[in-house]
Amino acid sequence: MTIPNTFRAGPDEHGHFGIYGGRFVAETLMPLILEVEKAYNAAKADPDFQAEMTERLKQYVGRPNPLYFAERLTERLGGAKVYFKREELNHTGAHKINNCIGQILLARRMGKTRIIAETGAGQHGVATATVCALFDMPCVIYMGEVDIARQQPNVFRMKLLGAEVVSVTSGARTLKDAMNEALRDWVTNVADTYYLIGTVAGPHPYPTMVRDFQSVIGDEVRWQMQELEGRLPDSLVACVGGGSNAMGLFHPFLDDQGVKIVGVEAAGRGLDKGPDDHAASIAGGRPGVLHGNRTYLLQDEDGQILEGHSISAGLDYPGIGPEHAWLNDIGRVEYASATDQEALDAFQLCARTEGIIPALESAHALAEVVKRAPTLPKDHLMVMCLSGRGDKDIFTVANELGVKL
Amino acid sequence: MSETGRIARRFAALKAEGRAGLVTFITAGDPDHETCRAVLEGLPEAGADLIELGMPFTDPMADGPAIQAAGLRALKAGAKTKRVLELVADFRAKDQDTPVILMGYYNPIYSYGVERFLADAKAAGVDGLIVVDLPPEEDEELCIPALKAGVNFVRLATPTSDDARLPAVLKNTSGFVYYVSVAGITGAASASDAAVAEAVARLKRHTDLPVAVGFGIKSPEQAAAVARVADAAVVGSAIVSRVAANLGEDGVPKPRLVPDVLGFVRQLAAGVRGART
Repeated sequence: MTIPNTFRAGPDEHGHFGIYGGRFVAETLMPLILEVEKAYNAAKADPDFQAEMTERLKQYVGRPNPLYFAERLTERLGGAKVYFKREELNHTGAHKINNCIGQILLARRMGKTRIIAETGAGQHGVATATVCALFDMPCVIYMGEVDIARQQPNVFRMKLLGAEVVSVTSGARTLKDAMNEALRDWVTNVADTYYLIGTVAGPHPYPTMVRDFQSVIGDEVRWQMQELEGRLPDSLVACVGGGSNAMGLFHPFLDDQGVKIVGVEAAGRGLDKGPDDHAASIAGGRPGVLHGNRTYLLQDEDGQILEGHSISAGLDYPGIGPEHAWLNDIGRVEYASATDQEALDAFQLCARTEGIIPALESAHALAEVVKRAPTLPKDHLMVMCLSGRGDKDIFTVANELGVKL
Repeated sequence: MSETGRIARRFAALKAEGRAGLVTFITAGDPDHETCRAVLEGLPEAGADLIELGMPFTDPMADGPAIQAAGLRALKAGAKTKRVLELVADFRAKDQDTPVILMGYYNPIYSYGVERFLADAKAAGVDGLIVVDLPPEEDEELCIPALKAGVNFVRLATPTSDDARLPAVLKNTSGFVYYVSVAGITGAASASDAAVAEAVARLKRHTDLPVAVGFGIKSPEQAAAVARVADAAVVGSAIVSRVAANLGEDGVPKPRLVPDVLGFVRQLAAGVRGART
C-alpha cells in the first residue's frame, strides 16, 4: 500500500477513504444525501456559518474546555505525562454536543423542520434533544429497548428536553437497530426530516461532516499543548465505538508523523471469547457494508451482522467509522482494545486519583493509558480524550461491583 | 440495449396477452427451507408471473415489520446465501420459464464474494437482482459486474427520483424498473391510483423497460388498480404476512400454510388478470 502525502485529504468525491466509506443507501434517500452534501459544502465555506458555530460552541457548550494535566494519575503510573482533554465538561457532559450544534445549524439552513437521531448510551440522544430544544424543532430519538433499560437517566433527560423517545424492539434492540429504525423513519419522512447522525459513520458526507465538527477537539489540544508545554504531544489516545471523539482528536494531528495515535476498541468479555462477546470491529471483524458505508464489521461467515457486546452502551456497535478503517489499514493509527474489566478498573482509578468519574466509554481509553504510560519516559506527553462524564454509568458500575443503589 | 433472458421474454408474453403481470415476493427460507420450497414451487401455478425471492438479512433498513420478521424467521431456521441459491436451483429444475429475481441487501453478497455470487446465481437460474442499498453511485460494486455476467440488475425508482435524477437511476437498469410508489418502507401506506398512473407515465417517458409498481399493495383490488396502469404489480408484505398468520405460537407452520398462501396469490392473480377487461 502506498503512503499518501497527506492523511488529511480524504475522502474522495464519492466519499471513499481507500476502499471504505461510500453511499450505500436506498434510492429514496439518495437525492437527500446529495442535498446534505451540497448544503454542507456550502456551509463549510460560509464565514457566517462558521462564526455562528464558533459562538454557539463558546457561549452554549462552554468551549474551549481545559487540557488538564492529570498529575496524580501521572505520578501513580510513573511514566508519561498524562493530559486529559476535558470533553466531559461540555454542556450535556460529552463531546457529542460539538457535532449536534454543527448539524442543527445545517438542518436549519436546509429548511428542515423535524429532527431524528439514533442513540446507544443516550449521550447523542441527549445532545440532539438539547439542540432541538434550543432551536425549537420537534425531535424523535430512536433507542434500542435494551439500551433504554440500562440508560434510564438519559432517557428521562431526553424526555425533559421535549424529545420523543421511541423504543426500538426489532433485531437486537441496541444501537444498530436504533439506526435501522431511524433510517426507516427518514425514508418515510424524507421531505421535511433531517437525520442527525451521532458518529463518524453512515453514508457520505456524514463521516466527513461529523469528523469536521468534532475536529475542534484536536484543534484546541494543538494550541493548548503549545501554550502548556511549548510543543506538540507525543501520543494521543481515545476510545472508539463509531469513533467520533477519536476522529475529532486525531484528525488535526494525522500529518504530524511524530505523534503516535492510538484508538481503543471495546474488547468486552475478551476478544478470544467469541464474536458476540466484544465490540472490536477492527480486531475481530472484517470489511462489509452496513448503514450506508463500507467498513470493518462484526459479522458471521454469511455476512449477517452480529450483536457485539460491551459494558459501555456507547461502544456497543458492530461497526466503526470508515476513516478509522482506512487509518488502520494504512498503518497511521494503531487500534488497541480494552476489556469490560479493564475499563471498570480504570473507571475507579480515575475517580479516586483525579476526582473525575469518567464515562465507561472514556474509561476504555484510560485503560490503554494505564497500560502504556508506565513504559514511556517522563517527558513523553500523552493526551487522552476524556470524552464524557460517568454519571450515566453509575447504575451499571454499581451492578458490576455488586452494590445495590 | 436489447433485452434477452427470461424477464424480457415474460414481459413480452404479457404484452402479447394484453395484460399486466403479478410479481410475488416471498422471503427465502421463511418459515423454513422446505416450507418455503413448497410455496415457491406452487407460485407459478397460482398465478405469479415473476418471483422475487428475498435474501434474509439481519438489518433490513428499507423493510417494514412483516418482511423484517420474515427475514429473522428464515435466519433462525438456518437460511444462508448458499441455501437461497439451492432454492432457486431446485425451482429452476421444475420451471424453466418463470423469472426469479433475488432481492436483498449488499453485505451478504459482498461477504459471499461478488464474482462467485454472480457465477453461482447464474448457474442456479437467477435472472435478476434487486439490491436495496446499491444506488447508481455504487454501480461498480455489483451492477456492472452483474450485467457482464448476464444477470439483470433491476433498479428501484422512487417518488424522490425526479426528472433530473431518473437518467442516472435508469442508466444501467435492465429487466424492468421497480417503481416504489411511496417514500417509505415495505408494507406501509399505499399511493393513490392517480399518483401511480402519473408516475408510471413519467417513467415511460424516460425508458422503454417494463415498469412494475410495488410497496403497499395488500389486496386483489389494489393489485388490479395498479395493473391497469403499470406493466406489473408487486406484492410482498401481504403475502409474507399470510405466511406469518399460518404459524403456531411455537413458530411451527400449520398444515394449511402452503395452500392458504397460494390461495391468496390466486386471488391477487385474478385481480391482476381481470384488471383490463
